[in-house]
Amino acid sequence: MTRTLVVVGHGMVGHRLVEVLRERDEFGTWRIVVLGEEPRAAYDRVGLSSYLDGKTAEDLGLTGQDLLDDPVVELRLGAAVTGVDTAARTVALAGGESLSYDALVLATGSKPFVPPVPGRQLPGTFVYRTIEDLDAIREAATEGRQGVVIGGGLLGLEAANALRLLGMRPHVVEMAPRLMPLQVDEGGGAVLRGLVEQLGLTVHTGAATRSVDGEEHVTGVTLADDTVIDTDLVVFSAGVRPRDELAEVAGLARGERGGFLVDEACRTGVAGVWAIGECAAVEGRCYGLVAPGYAMAEGVAEQLLEQGEGTFPGADLSTKLKLLGVDVASFGDAHATTEGALEVVYANNAAGTYAKLVLSDDARVLLGGVLVGDASAYGVLRPLVDRELPAPPEQLLLPAGSGVDSAALPDDAVVCSCNNVSKGQITDAIAEHGLDAVAGVKSCTKAGTSCGSCVPMITTLLGECGVETSQALCEHFTQSRAELFEIVQATGVGSFSELIAKHGTGRGCDLCKPAVASILASLGNGHILEGEQAALQDTNDRFLANLQRNGTYSVVPRVPGGEITPEKLIVLGEVAKEFGLYTKITGGQRIDLFGARVEQLPQVWKKLVEAGFESGHAYGKALRTVKSCVGNDWCRYGVQDSVSMAIRLELRYRGLRSPHKLKSAVSGCARECAEARGKDFGVIATDKGWNLYVGGNGGFTPRHAELLAADLDDEQLVKLIDRFLMFYVRTADRLQRTSAWVESLDGGLEHLKEVLVEDSLGIAEELEAAMQRHVDHYSDEWAGVLADPAKLSRFVSFVNAPDAPDPTIRFIEERGQIRPGPVSLPMPVPASQTQEVH
Amino acid sequence: MSWRPICDLALLQPECGVPALVDGHPVAVFRTHDDELFAVGNVDPLCGAGVISRGIVGDRGGEPTVASPMLKQVFSLRTGECLDVPDARLPVFPVRRRGSSVEVALP
Ligand code: SRM
Ligand SMILES: Cc1cc2nc3c(=O)[nH]c(=O)nc-3n(C[C@H](O)[C@H](O)[C@H](O)COP(=O)(O)OP(=O)(O)OC[C@H]3O[C@@H](n4cnc5c(N)ncnc54)[C@H](O)[C@@H]3O)c2cc1C
Ligand code: SF4
Ligand code: FES
Repeated sequence: MTRTLVVVGHGMVGHRLVEVLRERDEFGTWRIVVLGEEPRAAYDRVGLSSYLDGKTAEDLGLTGQDLLDDPVVELRLGAAVTGVDTAARTVALAGGESLSYDALVLATGSKPFVPPVPGRQLPGTFVYRTIEDLDAIREAATEGRQGVVIGGGLLGLEAANALRLLGMRPHVVEMAPRLMPLQVDEGGGAVLRGLVEQLGLTVHTGAATRSVDGEEHVTGVTLADDTVIDTDLVVFSAGVRPRDELAEVAGLARGERGGFLVDEACRTGVAGVWAIGECAAVEGRCYGLVAPGYAMAEGVAEQLLEQGEGTFPGADLSTKLKLLGVDVASFGDAHATTEGALEVVYANNAAGTYAKLVLSDDARVLLGGVLVGDASAYGVLRPLVDRELPAPPEQLLLPAGSGVDSAALPDDAVVCSCNNVSKGQITDAIAEHGLDAVAGVKSCTKAGTSCGSCVPMITTLLGECGVETSQALCEHFTQSRAELFEIVQATGVGSFSELIAKHGTGRGCDLCKPAVASILASLGNGHILEGEQAALQDTNDRFLANLQRNGTYSVVPRVPGGEITPEKLIVLGEVAKEFGLYTKITGGQRIDLFGARVEQLPQVWKKLVEAGFESGHAYGKALRTVKSCVGNDWCRYGVQDSVSMAIRLELRYRGLRSPHKLKSAVSGCARECAEARGKDFGVIATDKGWNLYVGGNGGFTPRHAELLAADLDDEQLVKLIDRFLMFYVRTADRLQRTSAWVESLDGGLEHLKEVLVEDSLGIAEELEAAMQRHVDHYSDEWAGVLADPAKLSRFVSFVNAPDAPDPTIRFIEERGQIRPGPVSLPMPVPASQTQEVH
Repeated sequence: MSWRPICDLALLQPECGVPALVDGHPVAVFRTHDDELFAVGNVDPLCGAGVISRGIVGDRGGEPTVASPMLKQVFSLRTGECLDVPDARLPVFPVRRRGSSVEVALP
């Protein structure tokens, strides 16, 4: 029986699907309807730029006559699909017509991303994706005039070249400090810049676009440093976004970064519906290249014909390109991030070539490299990554054919020497367990868990297995938290805006903003609500209190070590009574007052601060409590004064901003009544002093803290905790508690002992100094708010009615205290990314 | 359409929303980094709490957004549409700048 396949989108990938299906469907089991929104049949988008370099639309065409004439294939152009009814198995066209299908494949590709700069919609602005886009650019181009391309990546440079071919004088504006920041390093970027400047391009790097100017038409572009470029033509080329608009109407899930979410066989969650090409988020990840799209098309054809599993085998994402006639390649550890890595650079400014090899610290092993201007050695070098060099480095850079073994890295080559793990073991593990990140490889094979120097290679292997790995914090930063920490520390960047302009994209989100706020706070950038920092904070930090389910807040004053005088206890009771707050003893030895409205927070805190209380940072990624037992003051078993030590530690580390919250406890003897081994750092008294345990956790994944050092005296203990905490603050990932962090360090504890106790990295003094700076600069955040009218002005229910209570807040009574009244709305099921609470 | 003055522009710090009461309706007013103004409902449709103005402002794929501080679902400031949960949305209100004053209207 003949069934109907509907393909939405006739781009390169949709076309490949039809081609493969027609080739293999010997018995004509599928009738194919292809609905393409563009006015023309699929063409070679990869070769798009050649359209301005002499090729015609026909030259770019992909469709062989046979396919167009094929009676089984119906190709409808200018046919945009606007609706999908997966229950009825129909698609709706823009004109209202409806078509039924037995199988549906979405191949809708991507659309260019236009950053939200003012003036971006003015006539005279363009994108660079279709033949029509290029026609429009050609139409608007005026020979001899300046044109501006926003985005200095791969496509941006293609677009700039297009303008050049049209006789214009192109400017390229790139936010990163160099062109093609993803592919090349600083030196390579400089040579690349020289080469394209020779071709007549004007390059602005490290340059954010402030606005596209003009009333009725573009008249210029203003950069963040006030440079004004006089132009009437602007091309946006700042990346692409999957065209997943149909997800909504069809009820299909999206990947976290957009795209139709599909499994490794390109199946959406709905039977009979697939997505392939750039619009598909295969296990959450979109591929912006055509080859992976083709592989997906082939896989789906296989499934339609019931000829196999059709799983997407993965993609090779190594980079070598020719842009404006300039070769660019990068491979392996091109940015020399490996510890101790040596860089050998051969730059020939006259010839305009740049080559860098990254070698291991003994100069014997090739770790990676960057080639600009002449990339002919790429084919030989890339497979040699992480292998001993068969010839002196300079010989390897000679054009191919120099007699070097170009066979791919053999399976038995050891990738992780610390743990003796071979390439084969890693690739097998990736395939077998469907690993998609370095973390997975680490836990399955142990590779990369020691010195970390093989991590770039693991990343490469994941890449070769078709996994695009990412430590990226979110869509706005490709860096991890630890990397951003280093950047901020090294460059002295003092604000989020500056950081994102120089090292990120867009305007941030609820993932990166609090993480950056925490980094800035760890490095001592003043009050957390100062200036722009306020806008970065989670609501808890922004209002210095914990948000509750009905929009009110809880107040947790610090009670160091859990020790409190009767007078202070009475104050807490009185304040709770005055404001009608629900009162509860917490699991952290303090008292929590719930149900304060935003506008009440300053009044509540005024009373508390007057009585000598200060912020308990229950709202922050910061030190919470240092729990204590009564210790030898009272307890007949106690051997040390656990209360005094707990108070000392709590006061020392209060206010320290960290990747996640920090908890501690001090027990007066081995009976451990303070549960110190469940804490991030726990201290247990011994006859001779203190034992320090680190990396404990209650919560989701309980873990006992492990002994870092024994029998320390008071000063040794404090020093070691200083080092431990600062090392954690600097190197952990966003929202990684110390327990997970210690585990990620492998042998974890041994490594920590080396670094912190034996000072193997020689950083102990620096860590202690950093902590001392924190201690010296500590001041109470709540006192800071109360003293500053500008900060206080945010604590209102409504900006235009500061005293009107929020009508959505309602309380009922239970056991003599308030509690939030029920809301008529159902509480949502949190989506996976919304899991982390606080 | 009658416009209601909400506050002085200076009170509306970039990317730091403010809550306002417009004829009894809780509204969250935002000013983005590039000085565009947006006004959406202040009540998170997913939990019923009036907290949207306290969310983190940013962008997703260039679309200006606010994340509800309650369970972090992200809403488009332009359309009010929730980008994480189908069918959830915030009402959108006309907002403008007049001299130094920010004004919101009920549609
Ligand atoms: C108040 C309190 C419960 C109580 O009534 O006893 C509490 C309440 C909250 N806990 Fe907790 N935790 C409280 C002790 C604990 C403990 C026990 C302890 O500290 O001894 C644990 C397990 C120990 C640990 O952390 O290792 C604990 C593990 C968590 C976790 C899971 C952490 C993890 O690593 O898995 C979360 C979620 C998170 O942080 O991501 C959490 C998050 C929360 C939050 C902040 C959730 C939120 O964002 O709304 C709760 C809000 C408190 C508020 O509004 O004031 N709370 N929470 C306790 C406050 C202690 C204090 O004085 O600061
Ligand atoms: C200038 C340029 C240079 C490039 N260079 C390279 C390169 O060197 N190497 C490389 O690998 N890749 C390159 N690419 C990327 C490559 O072109 C894409 O990866 C590839 O085209 C993706 O194919 P696709 O079918 O998924 O999407 P597309 O080719 O974009 O096709 C999708 C089609 O679906 C249509 N459509 C969308 N929604 C609907 C709807 N609702 N109803 C009907 N039709 C719809 C669209 O109009 C479009 O025609 C380049 C891209 C550009 C623009
Ligand atoms: S831990 Fe030891 S000293 Fe502390 S209360 Fe318990 S038994 Fe006493
Ligand atoms: S070589 Fe793999 S961790 Fe050191």
